[in-house]
Amino acid sequence: MRYLPLTPEDRTEMLARIGAPSVDALFADIPAAKLDPALADLPAHKTELSVERTLGALSAQNVPAGSVPFFVGAGAYRHHVPATVDHLIQRSEFLTSYTPYQPEIAQGTLQYLFEFQTQVGELTGMEVANASMYDGSTAAAEAVLMAHRVTKRRKAVVAGNVHPHYRETIATLSLYADDAVVALSPVPQGGEDILSAIDGETSCVVVQSPDVFGNIVDLKPIAEKAHAAGALLIAVFTEVVSLGLIEPPGAQGADIVVGEGQSIGNPLTFGGPYVGLFATRQKYVRQMPGRLAGETVDASGKRGFVLTLSTREQHIRREKATSNICTNSGLCALAFTIHLTLLGETGLRKLARLNHANACKLADKLAAVPGVQVLNSAFFNEFTLRVPGKAVDVIEKLAAKGVLGGVPYARLAPKAGLDDLILVAATEINTDEDRAAYAAALKEVLA
Amino acid sequence: MNREGRGATTPITTGSAAPHTFTGNRALELEEGLIFEIGRTDVTGVDIEDAGDFTPRLGGHERKADLGLPGLAEPEAMRHYVRLSRMNYGIDSGLFPLGSCTMKHNPRLNEKMARLPGFADVHPLQPVSTVQGALALIKELSRWLLSLTGMEAVAFTPKAGAHGELCGMMAIKAAHIANGQKRHIVLVPESAHGTNPATAALIGYEVKSIPARADGTVDPAAVKAALTPEVAALMLTNPNTCGLFERDVVEIAEAVHAAGAYFYADGANFNAILGKVKVGELGVDAMHINLHKTFSTPHGGGGPGAGPVVLSKALAPFAPVPAIVADGAGLKLVEDEGEAGAVQALGRMSAFHGQMGMFVRAMAWMLSHGADGMKQASEDAVLSANYIRACLGDVMSVPFGERPAMHEALFDDAWLEGTGLSTLDIAKALIDEGYHPMTVYFPLVVHGAMLIEPTESESKASLDLFIGALRDLAFAAKAGEKERFLGAPHYAPRRRLDETRAARAPVLRWVKPQPLPEAAE
Repeated sequence: MRYLPLTPEDRTEMLARIGAPSVDALFADIPAAKLDPALADLPAHKTELSVERTLGALSAQNVPAGSVPFFVGAGAYRHHVPATVDHLIQRSEFLTSYTPYQPEIAQGTLQYLFEFQTQVGELTGMEVANASMYDGSTAAAEAVLMAHRVTKRRKAVVAGNVHPHYRETIATLSLYADDAVVALSPVPQGGEDILSAIDGETSCVVVQSPDVFGNIVDLKPIAEKAHAAGALLIAVFTEVVSLGLIEPPGAQGADIVVGEGQSIGNPLTFGGPYVGLFATRQKYVRQMPGRLAGETVDASGKRGFVLTLSTREQHIRREKATSNICTNSGLCALAFTIHLTLLGETGLRKLARLNHANACKLADKLAAVPGVQVLNSAFFNEFTLRVPGKAVDVIEKLAAKGVLGGVPYARLAPKAGLDDLILVAATEINTDEDRAAYAAALKEVLA
Repeated sequence: MNREGRGATTPITTGSAAPHTFTGNRALELEEGLIFEIGRTDVTGVDIEDAGDFTPRLGGHERKADLGLPGLAEPEAMRHYVRLSRMNYGIDSGLFPLGSCTMKHNPRLNEKMARLPGFADVHPLQPVSTVQGALALIKELSRWLLSLTGMEAVAFTPKAGAHGELCGMMAIKAAHIANGQKRHIVLVPESAHGTNPATAALIGYEVKSIPARADGTVDPAAVKAALTPEVAALMLTNPNTCGLFERDVVEIAEAVHAAGAYFYADGANFNAILGKVKVGELGVDAMHINLHKTFSTPHGGGGPGAGPVVLSKALAPFAPVPAIVADGAGLKLVEDEGEAGAVQALGRMSAFHGQMGMFVRAMAWMLSHGADGMKQASEDAVLSANYIRACLGDVMSVPFGERPAMHEALFDDAWLEGTGLSTLDIAKALIDEGYHPMTVYFPLVVHGAMLIEPTESESKASLDLFIGALRDLAFAAKAGEKERFLGAPHYAPRRRLDETRAARAPVLRWVKPQPLPEAAE
C-alpha cells in the first residue's frame, strides 16, 4: 500500500502512546453493529501498473477529439493549449495547495487570482471580477440570484437563444429558491423579441452573445430597455475567445457578465472541471458571489494579496451569505490566466481572428453541400446548419464516417421542435483537410 | 474552513541583521511583479498561424477599444509562474494539517490517468457512442460510492461539496413537494460548516440552530424537541467538525424520519469512516462526497472540487439529470427530464456531466487502495489524529477529550490564557517552523479553536517532528517569548498581511497608473 507510510510497528507504538488497546477502540462511538461493513463487491488494492491498465482500457473505448476532424462546440471548445500551461499548473505548490487561508504562504495563488480578476475585467469590459466560479452555467444561475438581491425583484427574463443547459440550470436554482423565470422561445436565425418581455417586475434579462446558434447579438437596445424598467442586463457567453474580436458586453451596457472560460487553457474533459467567469460593476461588488483576492500590505510595508470581503461568504455569514459557494475553480483559473498571459493582447486578437476565419471558410464549404443551409448572418466561430431530415441521425452517420460534425440542437432541447438543426464550431485546430473531410462526409450522408 | 479571529493586524517590524538587496530578492526568495507591470500588449508567447485575407462576418460588432492585456514571451511566462509557485505551500511541500479541509497525498498517477486522451480530450456533447468508456468510468465510480455508503443512487453532476449540498437539499425539497408537504424549516447544529445553513437558506428554508451538548455532539433530545411538522430536514456532519463521531446518529435519524423529515449528512469528513461504516445503515437520506478530500483529487489552490451526492431509496427518484442507464449493449446518457419516464428529476444542476477530470483521479485512488486499503487509510487517519492529541494533550487544552477523536484533533485556546497570545499567533509561528497552520477559529463551538487533521499520509517521523514543533511553541508561549509569535511569520515571503485594510478599501484589480500631472511652473 504505497500511499500509507505507517508501518505495523509504528501503529503499535502510536496505540501505546494513545493508551488504546486497538484501533477499533478509537471507533468506539460508532454503533458496534454498524462497524466493518462488508465490501465484498469491491476489489483489493491494485499495483500502479494494474491501475494504468484498467483505466487505459476505459480511455481507449472513447474517441478523442484530437483523433478525428472535430467540430463540436455548444458550450465547450477544443483549442490548442501551449505545453507550458499544463506544465505550470502541475507545479506542486499550485496543484497541491488548498484555498489560500494563510496568505503569507499562499502569495502565489493570491497574486495569480488578482491577475486573473484583472484579465477577466478587461476581457468583459467590466469593473470587477471574482476569482472564478464552477462553470459558466452555474455562474449564470448565481448571476440571476444576485440580480434578485440587487433589484429586490424576483422575476428573471431568459432569452430563448441562451444555451438550453444554461436555461435549465437557471430554472432549477430559481425554482427551488422560489423565484420566477420567464423563458422565451428559441429563434435560430436571431432577432428574437426580448424587449417586449421586459416589464416593471423584471429583475434581470439574461442574454447570450454569441448565442447558442452562434448569432452575435446587439446588447445595447436590450440594456437600454432593461435599465429603463429598473432591471439588470446579464450577458452570457460560452466562447470566451470571441471577446478577442467582438465588442465586450461591458461596453454595451451589461450589469453582470458571466461565461465559460474553459476555451482558454483548459481541456474538454467531458464537461468538467471548467472555469466560470463572473464580472460586474463596482457598485454591486458586495452582492457578488464567490471568492475575491484583494491587494494589501504586510507588516513591513510590502505589497501582498489576501482573500477579502469574506463577510459576504458562507463561513462568516452562514444563512445570510450571498451564496453557499465555498470553493472556486482555482487551478482552472490558473490555466486560463497562464494561457491568456502567453497570448497577450496580440495573441488573443490573432487567435480570435483565426477562429473566425476558419468558421467563415467552413460555413462556405458546408453551405455548398446540396440541401444544407447556414442560418447565420453574423457569427464568430460557431454557426447553425439546417439539414434535410433529423440532425441526430446525420451526426451519428457522420460519426460512423469518422467525423464529429457538431451538436444536434435537439440533443440540447428535445422538446423545441427544432430537429433539423446542427450547431457547428470551428477553431484554430481545424485544417483545410478537416473541412474537406466534413463537407465530403456530409455530402455522402445526405445523398 | 478557516476564520481569522482578530481585527486589524498590527504592523510589527523587527530589526534584522541581514543587509538589504538592490532587487528586493533574497537569494532563492524572489520578488515578482504583476503581469501588468512586466508584460506588454505587443508581446506574445505563442505562434499563431495567420488568418490570411477574408471578409469578416461579425455584423458590425467588431471590438473597437484595446483589450489592454499584457503578454509575456514563453521564457518570461515560465519564470513568472515558477516564481509565484515558490511563494506557495502545498501538501507536497510538507504537512498541511487543515482540519475539516483534508489535505492528503495527491498521487501523480491520478494526474497521469486524468490526462489520458480518452478522458481529457472528449467533448461532453459528442455522440454517446463515442464516449462509452467515459460513461463506464462514471458508472463504476458510482458503484464504488454506493457500495461504500450503502445508498441507492448517485447524482454525479454537482461540481463541489457545497454544490452537492444544494443538490441533496433540492432533492429533499422536491420529495416534500411531491408528497404535498409544505415544510419550511431546516435544523442545523451550530458546529456545522457554514455551507450547510447557507445552502438551506439559498433554497428558501428557514434555518434553526441546534446547540451542541457539553461533550461536543448533538443531543437527540434537542433534535426531538425541535422536530415539528414544519421541519423539512436535519443537516448533520458526521464525524462532526469537533472531530467526534455523533454516537446517537441512529436515534437522531429515526426521530427525524418519524417526524416526516429527511436526514441530510455533510460528507466532508467521510474519510474518517470510509470502509468502516456505511452511512446508509445509519439512516442517512442524502450525503455529498467531496472527492477532493476523501479520494485525494488535488484542490489546486481552492478548486476544482467535485461533490457527487448519494441518495437513499426515498430520494433516489429526485436525482438531477443527466443520469447513465444501461441500454442493451451500451450505456445511455439520460439528459432530458422528460425522457426518464418514472424519474421525477429535480432538474439540471450544471451544463454538462459533472467533474469528469476529478472522477478519473478519484477512481485511480480508489483502485490503488482497493477496499482493504481504504479501510486501512481511515484507520491510519484516525490513529494519527489521536496520536497528535495524545502527544499534545499535556501542553495544549483539549475540549471534549473524554471521547475518542476521529480523523482530526481539536484544541482550544484555554492554554494560552495569560500569555497575551492568540490562536492566530500560534498559527503564524507555525509558518516559521515550515508548516502550513492548522484550521483556526473553527469550529465556532469552542473558543479560539485549532483543528488539526494529519490524514493517513504522514509517517510517524513526520508526525513526531510536527508534534515536537508544536510542543516547542507551546513552551515558548508559556515562557513569554512573545516576539517569536507576535512578529510571526518572520521567514515567510510576506510578513503578516493587513486583512482589515484589504476589506475596508478593496483593491480587487490592477489599474493602470495615471501619468503624473505636469509640475506647475
